[in-house]
Amino acid sequence: MSVLIYVDNTDGKFKKAGFEAASYGAAIAQQAGMKAVAVSLGKVDAAELQKLANYGINNVMSSADERFASMDNQAAAKALAVAAIQCNAEIIVLAHNNLGKAIAPRLSVKLQAGLVTNVTGLPTSLSPFTVNKNVFTGKAVGHTTIHTPVKVLTLSYNSFGLVEKTTDLVVESFDTGLGQADFGLNVEQTQQVTGKILLSEAEIVVAGGRGMKGPENWSGIEELASVLGAGTACSRPVSDEGWRPHGEHVGQTGKIIAPNLYFALGISGAIQHLGGVSGSKVIVAVNKDPDAPIFEAADYGIVGDVMKVLPQFIEAAKELKG
Amino acid sequence: MKILVLIGNVPDTTTKIKFNADKTAFDAAGVQWIINPWDELALTRAMELKEAPGSSIESITVANVGRQETEATLRKALAIGADKAIRVDADAQDAFYVANQLAQIAGGFDLIFAGVEASDYNGAAVGGMLAELLGIQSVSAVSGLLVEGNSIKITREIEGGSQTVGVVTPVVAIVQKGIAKEPRIPAMRGIMMARSKPLEVVNPVATETRVSFVSFDLPPAKANCKKFTEEQGKELINALREEAKVL
Ligand SMILES: Cc1cc2nc3c(=O)[nH]c(=O)nc-3n(C[C@H](O)[C@H](O)[C@H](O)COP(=O)(O)OP(=O)(O)OC[C@H]3O[C@@H](n4cnc5c(N)ncnc54)[C@H](O)[C@@H]3O)c2cc1C
Repeated sequence: MSVLIYVDNTDGKFKKAGFEAASYGAAIAQQAGMKAVAVSLGKVDAAELQKLANYGINNVMSSADERFASMDNQAAAKALAVAAIQCNAEIIVLAHNNLGKAIAPRLSVKLQAGLVTNVTGLPTSLSPFTVNKNVFTGKAVGHTTIHTPVKVLTLSYNSFGLVEKTTDLVVESFDTGLGQADFGLNVEQTQQVTGKILLSEAEIVVAGGRGMKGPENWSGIEELASVLGAGTACSRPVSDEGWRPHGEHVGQTGKIIAPNLYFALGISGAIQHLGGVSGSKVIVAVNKDPDAPIFEAADYGIVGDVMKVLPQFIEAAKELKG
Repeated sequence: MKILVLIGNVPDTTTKIKFNADKTAFDAAGVQWIINPWDELALTRAMELKEAPGSSIESITVANVGRQETEATLRKALAIGADKAIRVDADAQDAFYVANQLAQIAGGFDLIFAGVEASDYNGAAVGGMLAELLGIQSVSAVSGLLVEGNSIKITREIEGGSQTVGVVTPVVAIVQKGIAKEPRIPAMRGIMMARSKPLEVVNPVATETRVSFVSFDLPPAKANCKKFTEEQGKELINALREEAKVL
């Protein structure tokens, strides 16, 4: 029996969400007395695969088939099902990122497995298999039980963290048996944003709302973010008005994030905004309105003008990091 | 080309979430129900495609798994402009149950829209499961979609960027923000017309429940917010380091 963890790659590189899924899967494997097996689809070199030895993985099944670079969900689910059957997987873990969310439902149908997405922690019981998940966009937690012998889980961002545990990793290549007819997606163009910290990976996020008054005032947010090595985000009206790109919109209808530290600058803290950020470990709010709802969600706050406070933050951050 | 849009019936996004006394179920008393926000955007995009000059879209059908009280939400979708609605008369058990019901009615459609998740149980699963049950392609995190003959051109979000892909029908497009700018609001004329549009009710097929909710909890209340003055920006940053240990 094993726990199978799908670690996805972008251009041959694993990301934090993948290592977090590996850490989580390895912890379940230990809890259940099973082997932790990772599976990788697409061309990933030996040095990259070897990184999984830092996160408690015992074996890696690697298919170097370059066709997986197209991120064809149907094909990937088929390949993962082959891997799951080969290693006799009882529990399959994926990151709750774009790709994991897309593949997990298909995979669960193939394996006749119960699926729980957006999982926030280790199983609270192995039999019956019970695990917690985010519901109502972070406004509540649901305790779920999976009744099927095989289970598929997707792990919510930054809910488990990276857990280092060194292992003697065995890397095996594996043949998915997929033919040309299994791939039906034709990739025409890819745009990668470079040089920016991805919101999904960021441990610190600096976000601005309508209280920032206009796009011209974002230089302060960008400066603070760059000093802290943080990602930048915004509320929905800010992206709707075109002050910032849509990819920065966080909240119920945008990106759901859970960094260790979240700065809400000139953001009122509407319920739909909080839904997307309430998983943050520490929230800092700056708002001139003492009754702004954001202060109910915040751990640290300043009632005041963000234009006056932001320069102080930047200076203090420079001193800390300098 | 025939389009199917899956319509989730969810609590309004401003709903204060509460549960029944033994915390085993969502307390729906006084709740306003709406079309799941992503499904509403999907329907809006479907309408735009149908209205485009030279469009090949013959019809837009909307479908939902739910009891009779969800019909108001389907009628709203008809008022926005869908031609026909189908309701599978059952309580949604889990994502697989819902997908399996929809698979009974989804054959014959060329393009199926699903939302990236439902804003209640955040399952993010029905669209992908339905595609697998139908044995067809699915593309997820879709933020743009064009129809070109029997091929669909899709813009999707990938980790750290975006990508344009082509895929032939039939396909399930699992959509998110960006697929349409603003959701359409039904006009008076649409509301009148919706009353006479067909709303078909079908019986569910027996399906095992694979996952169930045992109970729910609200997140623990936050400790009070520690306040600093407008001049104490530096002190706050230091507290993040010394006290919260996040810097
Ligand atoms: C279906 C639906 C989904 C939604 N999804 C989202 C979502 O995903 N994400 C999201 O963010 N919103 C979402 N919204 C919108 C949400 O309801 C709010 O309208 C929005 O979050 C408000 O953005 P804001 O805080 O930037 O602006 P405002 O509400 O306008 O708040 C601006 C704040 O800045 C403060 N301020 C002004 N000037 C200063 C100053 N000089 N210094 C300090 N503070 C100042 C004000 O006191 C105010 O609190 C959604 C709404 C609906 C109906």
